Amino acid sequence: MGLRRIAFALVVLGIVVWAVFPFAWAIVTSLKAGSALFTVEAWPSQPSLANYGAIFKEQPFGRNILNSLLAASAVVALSLGLAVLAAYALGRVRFRGRGLLLFVVLGVSMFPQVAVLSGLFELVRWLGLYNRIGSLVLSYLIFTLPFTVWVLTTFMRELPKELEEAAMVDGAGPFVIVTRVFLPLMGPALAATGLLAFIAAWNEFLFALTFTLTDDARTVPVAIALMSGASQYELPWGQIMAASVVVTVPLIGLVLLFQRRIVSGLTAGAVKG
Amino acid sequence: MSGLPHSSLERQRRRAAWLFLLPMLVVLTGVAGWPLFRTVFFSFTDATLATLDGFQGVGLDNYLWLMRDPVWWRAVWNTLVFTVVSVGIETALGLGIALILNAHLPGRGLLRAAVLIPWAIPTVVSAQMWGWMFHDLYGVVNAILMGLGLIAEPRAWTADPDLALPVVIAVDVWKSTPFMALLILAALQMLPRDLYEAARVDGVHPVKVFFRITLPLIRPALMVAVLFRTLDALRVFDLMYVLTGNSRSTMSMSVYARQYLIDFQDVGYGSAAATLLVLVLAVATVLAVTLGRVRVDAGR
Repeated sequence: MGLRRIAFALVVLGIVVWAVFPFAWAIVTSLKAGSALFTVEAWPSQPSLANYGAIFKEQPFGRNILNSLLAASAVVALSLGLAVLAAYALGRVRFRGRGLLLFVVLGVSMFPQVAVLSGLFELVRWLGLYNRIGSLVLSYLIFTLPFTVWVLTTFMRELPKELEEAAMVDGAGPFVIVTRVFLPLMGPALAATGLLAFIAAWNEFLFALTFTLTDDARTVPVAIALMSGASQYELPWGQIMAASVVVTVPLIGLVLLFQRRIVSGLTAGAVKG
Repeated sequence: MSGLPHSSLERQRRRAAWLFLLPMLVVLTGVAGWPLFRTVFFSFTDATLATLDGFQGVGLDNYLWLMRDPVWWRAVWNTLVFTVVSVGIETALGLGIALILNAHLPGRGLLRAAVLIPWAIPTVVSAQMWGWMFHDLYGVVNAILMGLGLIAEPRAWTADPDLALPVVIAVDVWKSTPFMALLILAALQMLPRDLYEAARVDGVHPVKVFFRITLPLIRPALMVAVLFRTLDALRVFDLMYVLTGNSRSTMSMSVYARQYLIDFQDVGYGSAAATLLVLVLAVATVLAVTLGRVRVDAGR
């Protein structure tokens, strides 16, 4: 028994190290300045925050963060608004074609993004949104909207029927039922769904890479992927790691804080056989 | 009391339902349906990025050129190898981690928090982190392996054509296994306890319990998770693009299509590649639903 326990503990420890080490190494790297970057040591002998200063001074990283925040917030607000109404219809009203609609919504969320790239490019240019945040809000809807509709539909379905019936007896129409009766109950579901959609929009790369051109218009992932230094041949690894740490720490914090909610949000609908 | 008879109330509700669906449907048509239609349409033309409104139909030419391009077939092969190998490893590892998390043992909270970290990290960031760790000159992977005496000289992990795809797969396994583990864990937690009690009382070996009871019961959920991951892996873009750029040894179908669409500005040809990718995804879905008997439902 003792031996098995030790073996088991070692396996768990191995998994924890495997999961955590790359991020820990990114933190260590971000604290190395100058030539310290090119020596492999577990902790820098002279830790420095120079890289963190540089990403905000030498790179427009503050602007990039603002872009990402604006795009992700706008698309989440828009998606939740549209999805709450759609979820009521899909979750609580029986009508012909409901199953097909749900299937289409799920299908759209599985789309390869590159398949809509040329059509979206045309649309973005036509609307005059190229190199603007609006192009990202528009294109991100393709994955945030199906996701929020799907999750909120499964949630709407679980709400008690009596509530709706009582409101109907009082003469409330469908819109009042959604906004006055159900919406106040959906706080936790909206928060969890919104958070997951926000993370997806925050992390998006392909559309942001394609629809923005200048450094100032870039979002965080594009900035981190394309960050370049003084010389063309030397990637500023210290700055890249500093930027990675800056945007990842809040994400990890949020995820750990909401872990239970997130797990149930991820599995809503998806894992029921 | 509302004076309306029941059936007219039902009709009013149904009308409202369509009204509520309308905004969502309009938006989805605008950002997904219409662009997809245009992509398929462009694939039969010689449109370029500069002349999106002045182009000529070229029939199946783009598709015929694709069929003759060895780089395209390499991209198809890379995508399939990446998908099968990474989803396979992620399923096996995810199952293992989910079983450990489901066993009521000390250290479980720590483990769950730890595996959530790779999931929370943006793909681009994880690609850069691993790119740095796999750096040929200053990377920690080379340093550790040489320190342990496993390799004699540093390897160029992301530049070596034989190593680049395995490296990309390794990074994807690190990033996506937690998702798999969490979905499987959710299925494990819904299994009835008394079955296991009965098996324990009868003295059935745990390995046999796993294959005879656990696996068949979580199979539907497992298949859905595998399908989701497979569709995600088939359209992979970020990981290859950031880790190895447009290198042929790792190029996926998405990277190939985007390179023609945007870098080479050949919208017609790139759209043909993108259309084929959609077909591959559709075939994978149909196969999963028919052969794998995957059922996806919203709610119960």
